[in-house]
Amino acid sequence: MATFHEISPNASAGAKTLNWIDNRFPLSKLFKEHMSEYYAPKNFNLWYIFGSLSLLVLVIQIVTGIFLVMHYKPDAALAFGSVEYIMRDVPWGWLIRYMHSTGASAFFVVVYLHMFRGLMYGSYRKPRELIWLFGCGIFLALMAEAFMGYLLPWGQMSYWGAQVIVNLFSAIPLIGPDLALLIRGDFVVGDATLNRFFSFHVIAVPLVLLGLVVAHIIALHEVGSNNPDGIEIKATKDANGIPLDGIPFHPYYSVHDVFAVSMFLFVFSAIVFFAPEMGGYFLEYNNFIPADPFQTPLHIAPVWYFTPYYTLLRAVTTEMMYVLIACVLVGAVLAVAKIKMPSLFKGAIVGGALVVAAMMMAIDAKFWGVVAMGGGVVILFFLPWLDNSPVKSIRYRPSWHKVLYGAFVINFFVIGYLGTQPVSVIAGRISQFGTLFYFGFFILMPWWSRLGTFKQVPSRVNYTAH
Amino acid sequence: MKIMGFTKKIILGVAVALGLAGAVQAAAVGAAWDKAPNKITDMAALQSGAKVFVNYCLNCHSAAFMRYTRLTDIGLTTEQIKDNLLVTNNKIGDTMKAAIDPQQAKAWFGVNPPDLTVIARSRAGAGGTGTDYLYSYMRGFYKDDTKPTGWNNHVFPNVAMPHVLWEMQASMTPGQYDQTIGDLVNYLQWMAEPAQTTRKTIGMWVLIFLAGLTFLTWQLNKAYWKDIK
Repeated sequence: MATFHEISPNASAGAKTLNWIDNRFPLSKLFKEHMSEYYAPKNFNLWYIFGSLSLLVLVIQIVTGIFLVMHYKPDAALAFGSVEYIMRDVPWGWLIRYMHSTGASAFFVVVYLHMFRGLMYGSYRKPRELIWLFGCGIFLALMAEAFMGYLLPWGQMSYWGAQVIVNLFSAIPLIGPDLALLIRGDFVVGDATLNRFFSFHVIAVPLVLLGLVVAHIIALHEVGSNNPDGIEIKATKDANGIPLDGIPFHPYYSVHDVFAVSMFLFVFSAIVFFAPEMGGYFLEYNNFIPADPFQTPLHIAPVWYFTPYYTLLRAVTTEMMYVLIACVLVGAVLAVAKIKMPSLFKGAIVGGALVVAAMMMAIDAKFWGVVAMGGGVVILFFLPWLDNSPVKSIRYRPSWHKVLYGAFVINFFVIGYLGTQPVSVIAGRISQFGTLFYFGFFILMPWWSRLGTFKQVPSRVNYTAH
Repeated sequence: MKIMGFTKKIILGVAVALGLAGAVQAAAVGAAWDKAPNKITDMAALQSGAKVFVNYCLNCHSAAFMRYTRLTDIGLTTEQIKDNLLVTNNKIGDTMKAAIDPQQAKAWFGVNPPDLTVIARSRAGAGGTGTDYLYSYMRGFYKDDTKPTGWNNHVFPNVAMPHVLWEMQASMTPGQYDQTIGDLVNYLQWMAEPAQTTRKTIGMWVLIFLAGLTFLTWQLNKAYWKDIK
């Protein structure tokens, strides 16, 4: 326990109050550790604002969500009408609702950019693996949050989107049908589903999300931030033990963030006030038709932020299964032929590959589609152990690595776009190629990330005063 | 900064890839949509649209989330609404109910006429805005004796709805009819989101404020960062 500090009776009222609190709660200590004496690298670029902005969007979503819940009715007969009631009869209800619906998309925009920043600069590498794992957990919780929230307006896309996705769970062998029933609480998506999704959306998932965000930030402040050069600034300190390339988070990055927040709010408001539907991408047109369990829409598309993963799901057809089985077998053969290990392991790899291949033949492709969709997210968790490159930042990697990262981004946009479109033969082929590329990028990373000529990483960060 | 060059290349690559992917798009069903006139801030047009809506559409369709009182937003007084637009025994604070009994409607047309409150928002698509669709649809009826109602539609083939406005269309020049339908669809667009004009007006002020704030925070940021060498 810290010692009790007495303060001079002549001190100002403010100082006395602070002293009183500090003797009971580590207020000044926390402020120093996390703000005024938290040393962040001075060479952050534009990519580094998306973490703070994610926190801002989280706050926007929670605050607007609180007000929406005051008027929303989680009842299949009333839900659609209550959203229109918010849009028309509740004072400023339209603004709160548009902020929440735009906030959902904005959340994914900033989180995707934040994740890509981590990918580019190797922010998940040792000793930041746990930051990355908590972050992936946040991404997963965010997807659950968005998926369940999207059912609440009870429009046609809400209803049929939930129907399609929950039905996927029934493809899991043995437990599938019962699991789907458990999620829905009924044999079709209905009032019971709406009520439990509402409960998860406003209580359960936000709690998990907040806990993970706190863990993410604590872990970050424990090891310190990475930077665009991928250099550990703590390796070069001055006489006082302060990193030479570090600057206090407050005021330098707090003032940076305030600037970034005003720019972000400008763009956010431009969408909220002038294009809240964003051409059908943020609010789907079909969702202005009340849910009708007897009328399946011709084309059911998830909201844009799920579409890359939806494409992974749709790409796995019966034909695609042959390609995937071939990949598994070739992978096993290569592992046995190229890697030195005891013959017992070799036997296990061959045996395991044969069992997996047999299961891939025996179980319906629909199930493997679900595995691909889930695997597309889960594989991100393994990134710290897949990347074997001797440098963290893309700046010091061979130029063909940059090309590969560029191709990964383009591929992600293409499969994202295809996920919004109806199925067709050409689109199907491109999706399948995109799926192989997406997984190949990660699964082959332990090998390709080592190859090529890497540049020498300097001991101090690159920074030009501005 | 060097990395920005990399970022720019990625953005360019994405733009090209999406352009290519866009070229493989599928075509839509039904005739192409005409561009509807935009009269969303023209009070006289919205009022005339409201009159057509109440006198014709509300016989079979409802607007279950739209209150009569809200019509004051398009320049009508409470008295005008009460005297001219309130049908059956509705009260001014009520939402707009259909005159027809839904079960009867189902028996006559085979389907329940959809609620029209947000119809303009729901019908937007690759072919244009919701008003474009409705404008084309309401002008797309033609005689077809093979149909039970005697009418068919270019934009929505085999639609269950008959051409309710045919007498009106017969009594008007094509230009007058187009104008009437233009007023009607603009009313529907307004009714789908009565706050839309307010939204844009407030939005201008919000953006002006945020532009000023961005300038200030930019200067603040510069002032602090000049110490960092």
